[in-house]
Amino acid sequence: MRRVKRILLSLAVIIIAAVAIGVWIIRGPGPLDFAGGNKAAVADYRAGKPTGVPVALEKASLVERGEYLAKAADCMVCHTKPGEKQFAGGLAFKLPFGTLYSTNITPDKETGIGNYSDQDFLNAVQRGKRHDGAMLYPAMPYASYTYMTDEDLLAVKAYLFSLPPVRAPAPENTLAFPFNQRWAMLFWSAVFNPDTRFAPDTSKSPEWNRGAYLTEALAHCGECHTPRNLGFALDNRKKFAGAVTAGWRAFNISSDKATGLGNWSDEALVSYLSTGHALGHGTASGPMGEAVDHSLSQLAPEDVRAIAVYLRSIPPQASPDLPATTAPAAPASHKEGVTADARGKMVFEGACVSCHGWTGESLVSPTATLTGSWAVNDPAATNVAQIVLSGTKRTTPDGALSMPAFGNAYSDDEIAAVANYVTARFGAKGSKLTAKDVAELRQQTAQ
Amino acid sequence: MLTAEKLRQQDSADGISRRALLTGGLATGFLLAFHLPLRAAVNEPEQPKDATDGKFAPNAFIRIDESGQTTLIMPQVEMGQGIYTSISMILAEELDADWAKVAVLHAPPNDKFYANPVFGLQATGGSTSIRAWWKPLRAAGASARAMLVQAAAVQWQVEPASCTTSKGEVLHAASGRKLGYGELALAAQGETAPKDVPVKDPKDFVYIGQPLKRLDTPDKVNGKVVYGIDAILPNMKIATVAACPVFGGKVGKVDDSAAVKIPGVRKVVVLEDTVAVIGDHMWAAKKGLEALKIEWNEGPNAKLGTKDIWQHLRAAIEKDGAVAKSVGDIAKGLASGDKFEASFELPFLAHASMEPINATVHVRPDACEIWTGTQIMTRVQSEAAKAAGLPVDKVIVNNHLLGGGFGRKLEPDMVITAVKIAKQVGYPVKVIWTREEDIQHDVYRPVYRDQVTATLVDGKVAAWKYKIAGSAVIARWLPPAFQKGVDIDAVDAAVETPYDFSNFHVEYVRAEPPAVPTGFWRGVGPNNNVFAFECAMDELARKAGKDPVEFRRSMLTKSPRALAVLNLTAEKSGWGEKLPPRVGRGVCLQPSFASFLATVVEAEIDDIGEIVLRRVTSVVDTGIAVNPDTVKAQIEGGLIFGLTAALYGEITIDKGRVQQSNFHDYRMMRINETPKIEVTVVKSGEAPGGIGEAGVNAGPPALRNAIYAATGVALRRLPIDRSLIAVGKKA
Amino acid sequence: MATTLTINGEQKSFDAPPEMPLLWVLRDILGMTGTKFGCGIAQCGACTVHIDGKAVRSCVLPVSAVQGRPVTTIEAVGNSPAGAKVQKAWLDLEVIQCGYCQSGQIMAAAALLSATPNPDDSDIDAAMAGNICRCGTYVRIREAIKQAASGRQS
Repeated sequence: MRRVKRILLSLAVIIIAAVAIGVWIIRGPGPLDFAGGNKAAVADYRAGKPTGVPVALEKASLVERGEYLAKAADCMVCHTKPGEKQFAGGLAFKLPFGTLYSTNITPDKETGIGNYSDQDFLNAVQRGKRHDGAMLYPAMPYASYTYMTDEDLLAVKAYLFSLPPVRAPAPENTLAFPFNQRWAMLFWSAVFNPDTRFAPDTSKSPEWNRGAYLTEALAHCGECHTPRNLGFALDNRKKFAGAVTAGWRAFNISSDKATGLGNWSDEALVSYLSTGHALGHGTASGPMGEAVDHSLSQLAPEDVRAIAVYLRSIPPQASPDLPATTAPAAPASHKEGVTADARGKMVFEGACVSCHGWTGESLVSPTATLTGSWAVNDPAATNVAQIVLSGTKRTTPDGALSMPAFGNAYSDDEIAAVANYVTARFGAKGSKLTAKDVAELRQQTAQ
Repeated sequence: MLTAEKLRQQDSADGISRRALLTGGLATGFLLAFHLPLRAAVNEPEQPKDATDGKFAPNAFIRIDESGQTTLIMPQVEMGQGIYTSISMILAEELDADWAKVAVLHAPPNDKFYANPVFGLQATGGSTSIRAWWKPLRAAGASARAMLVQAAAVQWQVEPASCTTSKGEVLHAASGRKLGYGELALAAQGETAPKDVPVKDPKDFVYIGQPLKRLDTPDKVNGKVVYGIDAILPNMKIATVAACPVFGGKVGKVDDSAAVKIPGVRKVVVLEDTVAVIGDHMWAAKKGLEALKIEWNEGPNAKLGTKDIWQHLRAAIEKDGAVAKSVGDIAKGLASGDKFEASFELPFLAHASMEPINATVHVRPDACEIWTGTQIMTRVQSEAAKAAGLPVDKVIVNNHLLGGGFGRKLEPDMVITAVKIAKQVGYPVKVIWTREEDIQHDVYRPVYRDQVTATLVDGKVAAWKYKIAGSAVIARWLPPAFQKGVDIDAVDAAVETPYDFSNFHVEYVRAEPPAVPTGFWRGVGPNNNVFAFECAMDELARKAGKDPVEFRRSMLTKSPRALAVLNLTAEKSGWGEKLPPRVGRGVCLQPSFASFLATVVEAEIDDIGEIVLRRVTSVVDTGIAVNPDTVKAQIEGGLIFGLTAALYGEITIDKGRVQQSNFHDYRMMRINETPKIEVTVVKSGEAPGGIGEAGVNAGPPALRNAIYAATGVALRRLPIDRSLIAVGKKA
Repeated sequence: MATTLTINGEQKSFDAPPEMPLLWVLRDILGMTGTKFGCGIAQCGACTVHIDGKAVRSCVLPVSAVQGRPVTTIEAVGNSPAGAKVQKAWLDLEVIQCGYCQSGQIMAAAALLSATPNPDDSDIDAAMAGNICRCGTYVRIREAIKQAASGRQS
């Protein structure tokens, strides 16, 4: 019996060690580990104030400060169903194993978070633990928000509680087994949520630290731009290398010169972040368009600069599927350049050329210029197809920016054809989308 | 927001009396209109109030001044169909006017002089213009000519019969004398209009039958033309509107605090179901509207969806209908032979005329003046009077050329809304609907479900039972014409068949779709009839093992005009010639609007079901073609209008709202999809038929039958569902 | 903010917000109604004008983007050889029905002919597919462009 016991014990040790190593391998580094450097607690960091609100708002009320931070954390977009009341939830997240719906975070006591204490709120946002003890799915990016300070989060709470309560129960999630087992998220959280607050890096500038706090804790850029590991958590070994999330491609925002931001000027980067557009780099649409409209464009200029400074420091990660350089403008004549896809050309010359031109450089607005954008240079054409399907409706300081959604009147085949035509004509390499691919893309973004 | 209910209330109250209809010459609707003697206000001694001083003004339609300038007054409106030119040709023909001196004027609203004899109302629609006005205008022209001849004869002291006329002159061949109409204008004004002046023998026509140049087009190539939307008045402001997106909903709360701060925004007007922003220009109005926070009371229709509408219609057709026509013994006929049964469905459609709906209104304390382009002059006037709270004679309507009508402008709703907005301010307001509002607040082509039950004996149709369910647009729009539960429009081309069916029975079930307002749409009732009829004919032909053209031919023994156009179309389209795989030809034969039209569509269907239109061939016998080039143009354009609907057209409803909004999701055929179209107008001496609608109805069944030929799939709904005709799919 | 544009060879000054589309400046401020509103989203082409001789949809063109670039509208397109030929062919072949889209059709066709004097069918598709006509005059538009290009008479 002793022998058996010893064997079992050894086995247990081996299993635990294996799990630990496995966890260590799967989990990989944290989002800020690339920087090395010495970490300090926020309270001990004297060089600057990386957390909280910009100087201009320091004297503002708690609610106003919370509003700024809620915008920086982009709470509203995910917690609002298009066309419905803000923060009342109901937005669908289409996952490969079912659909999740965002919840009502208005202060309605029954269907919202009206009964949340401060601690409940912190538990939810930093630890993924609901008021009733159940675990949140990590579609709520609490593994990023966990880096936010208590003070900042409670300001956000004060802002949310200042909103009118909306009665709106969240629709039932439709996840398949085993993903419908909420308790399993305990393990996910134990492995992947560091449950730790932001710690400034004393070897970096205050601006970098502010940028790091905004980028990682609030703007949660990595949630879309960092590839995921086997456990559906961020794989920071490939930090900001780009990924496809919810049917849209979030491009490489590492400092890789060819396929990341390495060759962008500071001016272009700041312009893109604050307006969703930079000359020669295209225009943000889809989830990035929303992030710009509702979050990044609302930030103080010094905060946008801080994010840019931080992004510049991310180690380069190449995207091997993207071309080394984006394609130049296409010829002015429809007969020159790539004209292979007859159906794609038919759609393009009817519905698209009026704004985008035969060269790809728009005659009506630089925001409609295709030349130079990653979307048309992505041989997978994911974003081109998505924009054609669902359009763009953005509000910028220069007025409304919109492209109609063609998805309801054009067939999957036509959309595949026009995406293939557009990527071939205006990008480095044409895509080979099929009607089936487009049908799948539709699925992923359908509300 | 319009609702079906509201439309019904609006129209049943607007005072079209049965008597007015009867005096207009219509007892049983325009179905029979071309069989009825038509009378209009020709040679009324009384004149409309336009300036007739110093002019020869023999009737309500003709004015000739001393220079010989001949101004013709247009009782029908010009919306692209070429009617101003054709009406002028009819008048000029009998008047023997000098075409070079002809100019046209829009008629003012006046049912007494200008009511369309078919409707008893000054309305343009249903391909009635030429049919309705052919006789009265010929008489008007001939009588005016006789008065000019009389005046010349008196001056020359000769017998009128010894005088002739040509190109605006009276001639006396014996003496070689001649006088221009201008020189005779004042003298002729004193003549009494003669009774029963004979009209010309068609062999003597000099204008009718010639492809004369249109009178309205020169100003359309240089931006000079003024549509309703182009009206400009001193101190005018521009408004744009948002109606409750849900049918029947109302305005709840409006927060205009942000809107009124936008530079150029003048006023926010809140009506019961619509909010308008008035601005210095459309851009300010649009920005203002976007900045409004509007809460709508969505009302009882907030859950309505397309599914509910189809459920409602499919249930309705199971009821017994009102009998529209019954010949032979249908029960006996259906009891034997090879039986066939099929149902066909057509969706809601928006009109989407290129000129979005609009109206400019100036409400002054004592009058209301309107600038718009409408198909219903007098109804607009009476409805505006009600909305303005003024007597009808205090409402001035200035009509314009229409940037497309297609039936949308047979409704007065845009004018009523504009009057309500203009009432709130002292200045003239031009109210422009955005394309989105235009499409989402249309009066839609009804959904229809048509059921055909037929039997075949010896390869021919032995019995044909045809049941139609859909809106009774006529019952709302022209209530006195809705008799015995039959909507004469919805069954128009169902009861008029050219085929020899010995047992023939047509029923109609009135089924008004919940909440969605419905109205006339180019092609009108025959939209559904021609589609169901000709699709069923193709399926029956296949069942009989016959070629579709041969099958039809074998049953056209009593309709030589239909047979002739069918034969000629078959010949011109290369019917029967071999085609590559997945390419098919489809035929459609229709007698509608008193014209006969045969059409062959040739189409290719690729492996995934996408359609390429290769070629369309049509032959039309419209009787005497007043202007054959216009007839041709109407068929060409009508075909494209109908094919567009077959390929793309469908308005769907979700949560009580229309889901389409603009041309990106309510799609139009474009030039790069347009096939070769060859239209032949056959020479005919018959009375002229209607033409504006016919081409529209030919396209969908001919295309559907081409798809049937190419793929073997018998589609029964529009628009065409590509997924059903991909390789390996069966409907 | 005062803006000055050269429209049809004339200097026009007016006050308009910079993001206001040229279409509404033309129609509602300058009273030049030949250019039409059809969709407001560059899907129909009714609002087509020439900027630097190129066909552009004025309904989505912010007036601020036009400064310093000559604008030609339907009112003056007949002053150019290509425009005059197109207008003539349009009347010779009786292309027009309701005419509401035709300002835009003519502007698009004139721009096509001045860049491509002898267009083939694919050139016509490429230049004209963005212009919708509800009356369905496409068959005649194609024919008229060919006639205008060849200079032949009907």
